[in-house]
Amino acid sequence: MIFYLSALILGLCLSAMGLGIFITMKIFRIPDITTDGSYTLGAAVTAVLLTQGWSLIPVLGVSIVAGVVAGVLTGLVHTRLKIDALLAGILVMTGLYSINLTVLGRSNIPLNNVDTIFTTLAVFKKNIYNELWVGLLFLGLLSALLAYMLRTDFGIAMRATGNSESMTRAMGINNNRMKIIGLAIANALTAISGFLVAQYQHFTDINMGIGIVLVGLGSVLIGDALIKWLGIQHIWLRLIFVMLGCILFQMVLAFALSWGVNPNMLKLVTAVFVLAIVGIPRIIKSEKP
Amino acid sequence: MISLHQINKTFNRGKVNEVKALEEIDLQISEGEFVVLIGSNGSGKTTLLNTISGAIYPSKGQVEIGDQNVTKLPEHKRSRWIARVFQDPLGGTAPELSILDNFRLAALRTQPKRLTIGINAAFKEKVRAQISQLGMGLEDKIHQPMGTLSGGQRQALTLIMTTMDQTEILLLDEPTAALDPKSAEVVMETAQRIIRENQLTTVFITHDLQEALQYGDRLIQMHRGAIRRDLNSEAKKALTYEELANWFK
Repeated sequence: MIFYLSALILGLCLSAMGLGIFITMKIFRIPDITTDGSYTLGAAVTAVLLTQGWSLIPVLGVSIVAGVVAGVLTGLVHTRLKIDALLAGILVMTGLYSINLTVLGRSNIPLNNVDTIFTTLAVFKKNIYNELWVGLLFLGLLSALLAYMLRTDFGIAMRATGNSESMTRAMGINNNRMKIIGLAIANALTAISGFLVAQYQHFTDINMGIGIVLVGLGSVLIGDALIKWLGIQHIWLRLIFVMLGCILFQMVLAFALSWGVNPNMLKLVTAVFVLAIVGIPRIIKSEKP
Repeated sequence: MISLHQINKTFNRGKVNEVKALEEIDLQISEGEFVVLIGSNGSGKTTLLNTISGAIYPSKGQVEIGDQNVTKLPEHKRSRWIARVFQDPLGGTAPELSILDNFRLAALRTQPKRLTIGINAAFKEKVRAQISQLGMGLEDKIHQPMGTLSGGQRQALTLIMTTMDQTEILLLDEPTAALDPKSAEVVMETAQRIIRENQLTTVFITHDLQEALQYGDRLIQMHRGAIRRDLNSEAKKALTYEELANWFK
């Protein structure tokens, strides 16, 4: 029970990243893999500043700004230099590895005796319930904020940009600027996941971001399959289903672990699982003429 | 309203596939004029339209809208004068967004898109009223994604969308080419009404000679990147279908 509950909380913490990947992949149709770097960046900034005694709100602020900078860099490389989004993401992600190592100063920082967001907002006696409640509260607020943004005039313009660029140009929208803003928001959300996970697991490690984009991608695909299956139009509900995808993904990994899968094999399990999510619908589709 | 001075456009300059799409084009279109642009494939009609919209920049020459030199102004900034309807019904609308969202963007074509929710009851009512003019029953489907509609319905809505915000110039690039005859007629009649009601300066590209005779008050034929014939309102009225068909022989 506790085991699956912690998978659920980890899923919640990773949901911010899921929302970010939802923006790049489903709204802008840009495959952005800056994620691996900006996730660790958020966690690195959080660990360093918390151990230096900063309070939570400024730490969150700096994490967000760090994510925004990473996203803007990828956006600039992609739109100004007309470099493929995938390559732009790899470039920034690779560069960020050194930045993250510099920020951390060593390969990992433990967060054992600092006040985290989970202890600060605690209301229950048991830690795990506090983690659950803080995760729900934080992601509930975050998704509501994002849903509101996507429903504003600016949000409509953003959603249209990934849908029909000729239309948005004719409507006076600067597509390049919009993509940069989208990547900035997405990577800020990813850095927020880094902020949360570092505090949840009480450490930041330089390698914690490796392959995390795949986790996000798989989660968004699960969420999207549910959204399509249920025919959901309402934006906040769609975001909630993306978060549900993130939680389900962690549940599957937890299930694999409880079945006795070697933890070293977890990345392989992740890759095969995402492959299954992407591949199985295509096999089913190709059977039809 | 629109002035083109010695416009030249060359694609793939200096390569084996070099194309001189426009050569020394001089064209003045006055306010409220409805220009029909015809010509065979590759004659430069769409390139000319794209030069006006800002989708492409001329290799040489100057484009003016009103008194302003817009030669290097990007397309998304020219939207404050220009509304467009594309040949592809998919081009002018966002398929996954609802009809209502599409109309909201159209209503802000010349304005910044702010972080406030602009779709309220009054706006919905306005959209419904505008759409009901089409008589297609779409006013009850404003929450439906644009992509679920037929090409004819989407083109008709794209036309209505052009009137949601201040528009001075309307560019129609073969808006009926992908449509069946009945839908084509609805779209053209809607266009005619919108152009008259709002006194829009219009450039309309078509391959349909009947449409070219029926609509507009000036007829321009393009040939190999240049203007071959330019008929004013009287000359256009006197033109017969046979004479027009002979232009292409």
